[in-house]
Amino acid sequence: MEQAVWLTFLVGVLAATLRVATPLVWASIGEVYTERSGVLNLGIEGIMFLGAFVGFAAAAKASQAGLPGYLWIGLGAAVLAGVIMALLMGLLSVTLGVNQHVSGLGITLLSIALSMFGFRLVFGESKVLPSIEPFGQIAIFGNIPILGPVLNQYLLTYVAFLVLVPLAWWMLYRSSFGLSLRAVGENPEAADAAGVNVYRIRYLALIIGGAFMAIGGAFLSLAQLGAFSPGIIAGRGWVSIALVIFARWDPVRAMWGALLFGAVSALQLRLQTLGFQLPYEAFLALPYLITIFALAIAGRNAPYPGAYLKPYRRE
Amino acid sequence: MKLRIEKSPAPVWFRPLIPLLAILFTILITSVLVILVGANPFHAFYYFLIDPLSSRVSFIEVLVKSTPLLLTGAAVTFAFVGGFWNIGAEGQMLMGATAATAIGIHMHAAPPWVAIPLMLAGGFAAGMAWVLIPALMRVKLHIDEVVTTLLLNAVALLIVSAILNGPWRDPVSQWPQSPEIAASAIFPKLIPRTRLHLGFLIALAVILIVWFILTRTPFGLKMKAVGLGPQAARFAGINVDRTLLISALVSGGIAGLAGVNEVAGIHYHLIDAIAGGQGYTGIIVATLGGLNAWGVTLAAFFIGLIDTGSQTVSRALGVPIYLGDVIQATLLLTTLAFLLFQRYRIRIR
Repeated sequence: MEQAVWLTFLVGVLAATLRVATPLVWASIGEVYTERSGVLNLGIEGIMFLGAFVGFAAAAKASQAGLPGYLWIGLGAAVLAGVIMALLMGLLSVTLGVNQHVSGLGITLLSIALSMFGFRLVFGESKVLPSIEPFGQIAIFGNIPILGPVLNQYLLTYVAFLVLVPLAWWMLYRSSFGLSLRAVGENPEAADAAGVNVYRIRYLALIIGGAFMAIGGAFLSLAQLGAFSPGIIAGRGWVSIALVIFARWDPVRAMWGALLFGAVSALQLRLQTLGFQLPYEAFLALPYLITIFALAIAGRNAPYPGAYLKPYRRE
Repeated sequence: MKLRIEKSPAPVWFRPLIPLLAILFTILITSVLVILVGANPFHAFYYFLIDPLSSRVSFIEVLVKSTPLLLTGAAVTFAFVGGFWNIGAEGQMLMGATAATAIGIHMHAAPPWVAIPLMLAGGFAAGMAWVLIPALMRVKLHIDEVVTTLLLNAVALLIVSAILNGPWRDPVSQWPQSPEIAASAIFPKLIPRTRLHLGFLIALAVILIVWFILTRTPFGLKMKAVGLGPQAARFAGINVDRTLLISALVSGGIAGLAGVNEVAGIHYHLIDAIAGGQGYTGIIVATLGGLNAWGVTLAAFFIGLIDTGSQTVSRALGVPIYLGDVIQATLLLTTLAFLLFQRYRIRIR
């Protein structure tokens, strides 16, 4: 009996770990591309927020209009919104070369303000939060005990772990695009001299990153929750920023970091229900504190990309 | 046609015009949004920019709204000038507010001239304490302070929430709000029957002090040197680590004062929305104000104007209240872009 309880507990934690890690994998892989090109995109929190909102609003409208693929329409709209914000970030940080901390933060503030503005505009001030029928989990492992409950996940979860991460690794270390990307991030002058278009690569990196960040946000509203609320992102973008540094700008390590974060969050949720007497805020703060602690250790002499935060101007 | 950005410093008379150009450009862009919603942009910006100044009551309200922004703007300015990218004014403000409440609720036996200075000192110290870890990590371990100050904002909010749901939960209403601070700890009103309180004068005094330190002391000069380039400053014999540390701590302390201001001047108890994003708005104020004390004063007033106006616009024109936030964020980005004209010019050929 005792054993069965623990097994249920473990299965629940493992399933939740994958679920919690999914948006973080999308966003942090997006940020890896961006930062490897030498641009820090602090717009990540806002772009996730905008992705969650635009994805949800478009899906809700399409669903009202009776369109069958309304969730995919939502996802497409979210990607588009993320790309637009990435282009704006590119205009500021790549073309104009302004301070990346402040411009990124500005992108976040603008994205959140626009989302809230749009939310009021589309859904009014009704007290009942609108909702949609979200993406379901795919029963690949059916009713097989343990495997089923843990690994029957959302499509976006499978894509994140099985496609996004390996692809990012291959792109960065094995493709010529990745070589250019890393060259631009390490030494733009040398890359330029070798015939790489620094501006183009940085814009491409921002666009890929923006799209992934928006999908990470849209995962929450379109798959996990089927709803949108102002607290939906709740710092996940900032956690992703920390994960990227923690992972030393490596996509595979970023995935492990996201899983670690997911496991801590999942454990915390379940320990609460088991009646641990600590305030639940302590558990919620734990991931942030662990991240800061990990930064203090792993971040020491962290291998920042050589041209991190440095705008490039062709003389 | 090719766009080229060339180094060429702008003439001195042109520099003060840059924020004004940014404001004009922002109004143009956000007007598009107003039109999309089906409202008249002239009406909207009348409510944003003119209406709050047209009556004594609403003008005073603008001053009330700009008070915390003067403080967070000054806090961010102090850090940014010194080369410390403090994105954590929000968290430092929350900690300042918590400390002020902790002191304020125990001041029932104390006269105001004891209670108020104690709260200010406590809030300043709490804000300093909250930036201490990121500052030490930056100085000792060379870890980017942007991420650490940012993450600590979330932690500060969780601490406030834990206190409000735990020891300070209102025993009667069960609301997550602290007990009220003592009457002697409440900032006196500057004008009877308005919300304008002592905090406004404190904020102006802080601005004056920041101006003095940045422009009239050797330490201000050192801060600027470190902000422009730590390497060069080090060669010039400046103790870069010490300068960074002091810039960060003073910045955190000022942000803490913004928290005291909200508790002692507006709410009289702690709630989790006490900072409400004003720490982040401080970054907008500091940037728009060109990182100098007088600019920050004007910028805080301007953002206070938008804040006051957005409620009227929402009521009168049915435009969502978040238009004010959109304008502020757009203003930050356009200011950043337009500041380039200080050092560069764009050539089209």
